[in-house]
Amino acid sequence: MKSKSLLAILLAGSVIVTGCNSSDDESTEKKSSTLATTNETTAIDLQAEVDAYKEFAIDQMDQFTTETEKFVVAVKSGDIEKAKGIYPTARMFFERSEPIAESFGDLDPRIDARLADLEEEGQGKENWTGYHKIEYGLWVDNTTKGYEKIADQLLADSKELRARVETVEVTPKLMMTGAVDLLNEVSTSKITGEEEIFSHTDLYDFKANIEGADKIFTILEDKIEAKDPELAKNLTEKFKAVNDLLAKYETKNGYVSYTELTKEDTKALAEAVNHLGEPLSQMGIILE
Amino acid sequence: MTETKGEKILDKKFSRRQMLKMTGLGAAGVAIGATGLGGVIKTFGMDFLDDDSTVTNKVTFYGKHQSGIATDVQKNIYFASLIVLVKSKQELQELFKMWTPLAVRLMNGEMIGDSMTNGMIPPKDTGEAKGLDAANLSITFGIGPSLFEKKEFGLTSKKPAQLKDLPHFPKDQLDDTYTGGDICIQACADDPQVAFHAVRNLVRAASGKVSLKWSQAGFNSVPVVNNKKQTPRNLFAFKDGTENPITSSQKDMNEVVWVQSGESKNWMTDGSYLVARRIQMHLETWDRTALKEQENTFGRHRDSGAPIGKKDEFEAMDIDRKDDKGNFVVPETSHAFLAKSVDARILRRAFSYSSGIMDSTGSYDAGLLFLSFQKNPDQFTKIQNSLGRIDKLNEYITHRGSAVFACFPGIQKGSYIGEALFKTL
Repeated sequence: MKSKSLLAILLAGSVIVTGCNSSDDESTEKKSSTLATTNETTAIDLQAEVDAYKEFAIDQMDQFTTETEKFVVAVKSGDIEKAKGIYPTARMFFERSEPIAESFGDLDPRIDARLADLEEEGQGKENWTGYHKIEYGLWVDNTTKGYEKIADQLLADSKELRARVETVEVTPKLMMTGAVDLLNEVSTSKITGEEEIFSHTDLYDFKANIEGADKIFTILEDKIEAKDPELAKNLTEKFKAVNDLLAKYETKNGYVSYTELTKEDTKALAEAVNHLGEPLSQMGIILE
Repeated sequence: MTETKGEKILDKKFSRRQMLKMTGLGAAGVAIGATGLGGVIKTFGMDFLDDDSTVTNKVTFYGKHQSGIATDVQKNIYFASLIVLVKSKQELQELFKMWTPLAVRLMNGEMIGDSMTNGMIPPKDTGEAKGLDAANLSITFGIGPSLFEKKEFGLTSKKPAQLKDLPHFPKDQLDDTYTGGDICIQACADDPQVAFHAVRNLVRAASGKVSLKWSQAGFNSVPVVNNKKQTPRNLFAFKDGTENPITSSQKDMNEVVWVQSGESKNWMTDGSYLVARRIQMHLETWDRTALKEQENTFGRHRDSGAPIGKKDEFEAMDIDRKDDKGNFVVPETSHAFLAKSVDARILRRAFSYSSGIMDSTGSYDAGLLFLSFQKNPDQFTKIQNSLGRIDKLNEYITHRGSAVFACFPGIQKGSYIGEALFKTL
């Protein structure tokens, strides 16, 4: 397709990420024929940025595996309180690097599916694995009994994820859509309390998603600054606004329960995320 | 959006600057045909987008008064009340400057941005109005009393005495969710998607600078008989707006609607005050009310719209009429009787709404987005006070939302929305 050739030129040197959305290609198809020629000369080299992001993602996955191991040990030894303590913070490593984790269509649901996701696909509890299944055990069943196998599977899946991250072709497109996707995650499931429906630890995921997007911005910041200083400044301000709001809900060990948030609180958080999302979606200007 | 002119030119991706270059900057003041891409005009060293007179179903943006007031009432509305987030007078001014060319484009039936050249960022225009014509879109901007309370704008001395929250009226059940606002955008069009698209894109372009406080979509259906538009009916089936001033009559409009020089703050001359009320209508109770009782409630006949005891909609109400027994023909407790008892007129521009089901009762959340324009909100207050507790209609309605806005005068070519307010600072 024409757009593919455009992207290939734009993203010189990098291979289009696996799972590249084909409908996106269709929508840009009409415009691309004339553009490829005009943009050819302006395509910028983002190899250093791409490498930096991959390094970040691998580091996050390392820590995710380590923390998951601790979590699994706690679950298998029946230490409910300890497991509950590790649960939200271990998940943050996953949530920060979700654009990468998500590129494995099989592993992501095994680790991170919510019961609601399965039900949507016509599946039941029996097919449910991963963190949220154990979340259900810890907070609803109030037990770890019967969850040992799930815990073992979770650790195996985490390790597999860590190994496969090495193979991901990180591209500027993955970084830019990934940053916006992280915010969309916040807007659609974290701010509604639907991600952590039993533990109500949604604000941890919220924070981690923002940090993940912030990391991508930080890596690209110089390039954005060079192209549009106003955009860079605006993004810095909007990230700060979200982080300042989130800081209001920090506790000694983390964040307050989602259930403690009022309607006004969630509205203010959601709006701050939307106000960040609009300029964040403009990062693609550096590819012009 | 317009498949004819706008589309062709947009596809060529001419920026305004390119157009100027192409046609020769020397020809200052010469319109590039009052036709193309909203006609780019250069005057006094400023280039701006102009109304495109070739567009079908087009309402004019520039003029003495803002559109959407004297404009023939359209079929659809999307009304938005916004909270301002910016913190300085300059940013507020920039906001209205930024909105001005966008409003011109939208009312020309164009997309708000030129065609995209970068597939890696979202399109400037959200796009759902592509392929639709201008649909008689009008966009009306106003500012609420709360904007003047924000000290950082330094607007305190510019606040008109007339611009204040409405007093509490008997039986008001105001919900903060539908009350107040710093800025309003009223988008009316003969197509619901065109109206929504206008607000959506203006708000999106102002991301981080404003946030939505409340919004309401509404509809109207205007029967046409022998090519003549009839008065629309509300959800109680009664005609709404019969007593309106004649919008084509300069005299009527100057008396009732347009602020005249010296009547308010100078920056409001040729502007108008907008009262917005979200009025829930209890359809279930109304529908089990006998016809005669319904008519006695409004003071008019349902089908013809005529005052009780008369035949034609536009016959004078004559509220003093009495029957043989000395009773008023139009009941003293009827809506029309009470409204007519005061010497005050307003321009009603109401729309019906239907917004799902009330959580608490399971009844329709439906009613009237009452909008009226007047040179002074007191005109509305007088009428509403006269209705007071007595109005028989009270039994069937509940006022849930309320807001008042000062709608700027019209925008002159080369100027921007609200310039008079900022210029005098």
